[in-house]
Amino acid sequence: MIPLTWYLILSGMLFTIGAVGVLIRRNAIVIFMCIELMLNAVNLAFVTFARQLNSMDGQIFVFFIMTVAAAEAAVGLAIIIAIYRNKATVNVDNINLMKW
Amino acid sequence: MPYFFGCSYLDLIGFVLLFPLAGTVINGFLGKKLNKAIVGIVGCTAIGLSFIVSFFIFIDLLKFDPEHRVFEKDYFTWIGSGTFEAIAGLQVDPLSVIMILVVSGVGFLIHVYSVGYMHDDDGFYRYFTYLNLFTFSMLLLVLANNFLLMFIGWEGVGLCSYLLIGFWFEKKSASDAGMKAFIVNRVGDFGFILAIMLIFVTFNTIDFTDVFHAAPEHLQTGSFIATMITLLLFVGAIGKSAQIPLYTWLPDAMEGPTPVSALIHAATMVTAGVYMVVRCNVLYTLSPFSLTVVAVIGGATALFAATIGLAQNDIKRVLAYSTVSQIGYMFLACGVGAYITGIFHLVTHAFFKALLFLGSGSVIHGLGGEQDMRKMGGLKKYMPTTHTTFLIGTLAIAGIPPFAGFFSKDEILLDAFTRGSLLLWGLGAFAALLTAFYMFRLLFMTFYGKSNMTKHVEEHVHESPMSILIPLLVLAFLSILGGFIGFPTASAINSFLAPVIGGGHHGMTDGGDLHHVSNGLMFSMMGISTGIAIIGILLAYLMYIKQPDLPAKIVGKFKLIYTIIYNKYYVDEIYDATIVKPTVKTSFVLWKIVDVKIIDGFVNAVARIVELKSEVLKLFQTGYVRNYALSILLGGVIIIFCSLVLL
Amino acid sequence: MLAGLLFIIMGLITIVCALCVVFQKNPVYSAIFLIQTMVSLAVLYVLLHAQFIAAIQVMVYAGAIMVLFVFVIMLLNLNKTDVEGDYDKLLFQKPSAIILGFILVVMIGVVTLNTVFQGTQGEYTPESISQIGNTQLVGKMLFTKYVFPFEIASVLLFAAVLGAIILAKKQIIKEKEV
Repeated sequence: MIPLTWYLILSGMLFTIGAVGVLIRRNAIVIFMCIELMLNAVNLAFVTFARQLNSMDGQIFVFFIMTVAAAEAAVGLAIIIAIYRNKATVNVDNINLMKW
Repeated sequence: MPYFFGCSYLDLIGFVLLFPLAGTVINGFLGKKLNKAIVGIVGCTAIGLSFIVSFFIFIDLLKFDPEHRVFEKDYFTWIGSGTFEAIAGLQVDPLSVIMILVVSGVGFLIHVYSVGYMHDDDGFYRYFTYLNLFTFSMLLLVLANNFLLMFIGWEGVGLCSYLLIGFWFEKKSASDAGMKAFIVNRVGDFGFILAIMLIFVTFNTIDFTDVFHAAPEHLQTGSFIATMITLLLFVGAIGKSAQIPLYTWLPDAMEGPTPVSALIHAATMVTAGVYMVVRCNVLYTLSPFSLTVVAVIGGATALFAATIGLAQNDIKRVLAYSTVSQIGYMFLACGVGAYITGIFHLVTHAFFKALLFLGSGSVIHGLGGEQDMRKMGGLKKYMPTTHTTFLIGTLAIAGIPPFAGFFSKDEILLDAFTRGSLLLWGLGAFAALLTAFYMFRLLFMTFYGKSNMTKHVEEHVHESPMSILIPLLVLAFLSILGGFIGFPTASAINSFLAPVIGGGHHGMTDGGDLHHVSNGLMFSMMGISTGIAIIGILLAYLMYIKQPDLPAKIVGKFKLIYTIIYNKYYVDEIYDATIVKPTVKTSFVLWKIVDVKIIDGFVNAVARIVELKSEVLKLFQTGYVRNYALSILLGGVIIIFCSLVLL
Repeated sequence: MLAGLLFIIMGLITIVCALCVVFQKNPVYSAIFLIQTMVSLAVLYVLLHAQFIAAIQVMVYAGAIMVLFVFVIMLLNLNKTDVEGDYDKLLFQKPSAIILGFILVVMIGVVTLNTVFQGTQGEYTPESISQIGNTQLVGKMLFTKYVFPFEIASVLLFAAVLGAIILAKKQIIKEKEV
């Protein structure tokens, strides 16, 4: 039996990789994928804890997170398409209206 | 207090307020789209229904024993803060019932009158909105069961008075008069607010019943606090009821439409001060000094305003000064402790003064807007109904038996004599002489003698329509018979109001001791006051009918005095020089130096500092989302790090 | 022992693929590596006795959502590497992000290794789950204890569908005006 701590560390590493990806990539779609990566890391932690505590609730939560992720992917990608239509780019550095 | 379960009209007291408010809302929001007939019907119906409810409440109240005629209904707690509590509650007792009957009754007649009078005005719906709002505020004022709610009504009538005086705001004089009324009233309101605060500090409550219960035990007769409270309240009354020295706004208020003058500046609003003094009679009785002040100011105003009335040529201004003078009488009565007599005169005055104002409105209407009496004359044959009713009103105010004004004025003079002093009686009596004189001067100049109208006006002069004449007739009827509610030996109003006047054991109040006056004294006083009135009338007859050139001769002889009186003792000019001008100058200094340089300078300096800091801080706002995200991660790391180290 | 070996292999594949997602220039490669990451995670879920989650991880995530991604990449024709330009305008972004990431990983490691995870033990041991069946249990809970969130989730999905349509459709009328 593998110690559950390993799963948690794996989850933490995945999360960090996702976070770093969000920070260093400039392609909006890739950033979006990195966010999915972070969500998956959290899912892993949830399932791990569910196993640890002999409870089903963690798995149910993962189910809901997947629902939200699906909704988010649909809307987020639609936004990216809309942005691409307006600015002809998905480079987030060119989408910098929020400055002084 | 007996309770009526099931249907008691007393429980419907809220509707007295609700109807005018509903009228205001309907006319205010929809009036622009409705046609004039509907606006008029809504406005009149609202007040009419209110009057009907008031009447049934009156009938209901009569079913109780005189001692139990007090009914309170609390709706909700309006303000609750620590021990301070202001409840939105209404109080029905003989005093407030009389007031709501007068306000809604006379108000209803004036609304009906207004439909005819204002028919051609573009602001018709606006006018009725204000008028309904005014009636609502006035009813709230008299029905409130605590000082703060009363103050709401008090301010409400002040606001409506401002709106209605300045109703024709295109005219500069009208909007100026509106502002003047508002600002002068503000001075009085300030006193009223201070009085409310002092009452709360002293009694820890602002509820009428509680305050008046606590007052006799709490305060010594003649104590400083009692005197302060009553004097401050009286400052409020002076402002609202146009007494010396704050009366100047009332004559100017004649810039408003004539029915407004009738409603606000004769029948109801200006009597609010009298009502308030009578409502607080328990407090006033505790302070003989304040009562003396009230009596002296009342008597002085009665005489002072009457003298000004002698020399005015504007028909409405004469009536305005007579209003000031008559309210002076009411305060005179209150000041000698005859509170009920004050209310009695308030009621009769409401009838005949509304009648006189509406009559003058009818004249002005018939003459196409002319207000100068020197350009009238001989109107009797053109406007017979107006003339008859106006004559009745004039007889009533002059104090000729058996018209309404006779009974109340005579009783005031009697009270002034028996409880006050010879001086107070003298003030009142002399003012009565002048009143009779200038009122008949007005009557003669307007309706008798030869016509001084211009050709153009004379061709168009006409009797007013029915909606104007019917209220006149009703009011004339009331002016004839209204006095009998206070018939000297069997005064209905006396016994009805007696329970309201608290602390009968102080011996300074009405109660039963009126009847201690011997019949002989009473009848001789009646004779004297009637005689005074007749002398005044004869003088007027002599000067304006018999020998129309006599006034000019007298004026020539007493040029100086005439000029002073004609210019209203230059009070407005004195106020202007001593108060208004210095205030304006000080304000100018405050504006240019204190406000612009110091305060604005400080504010601008703060803004400048913020701006400079922001110049630096804005560099962090790069516009790159990834940069912001980095900050989020950095923050997260720092938080986790801190919790690791610290926990 | 076999499970431990499987965990190490799958964990390594997950980490490597995740790194590739981040560091691949071409978004299509990124997407494919992301799919691989998700599939590996599904294996880990099976190891944790969460078979139902593993199944929908493959079907919903690796299947539906990632197809959507690839579809959008294709639609926008983003398979060139030069989308992001040659150099990063934010010079310090990359190093500081990586340093922060390291610190974060270290901290998470420290926390997890030093904490004894405790909690109220539930009734669903792997043995009891395998008697009833994981899917059946999840279904039962969704329609009893979590029925309200479940309904909310359906509303959310519906809203997302509408939102996506409105955001992504061409604004024909406006373009005509222009």
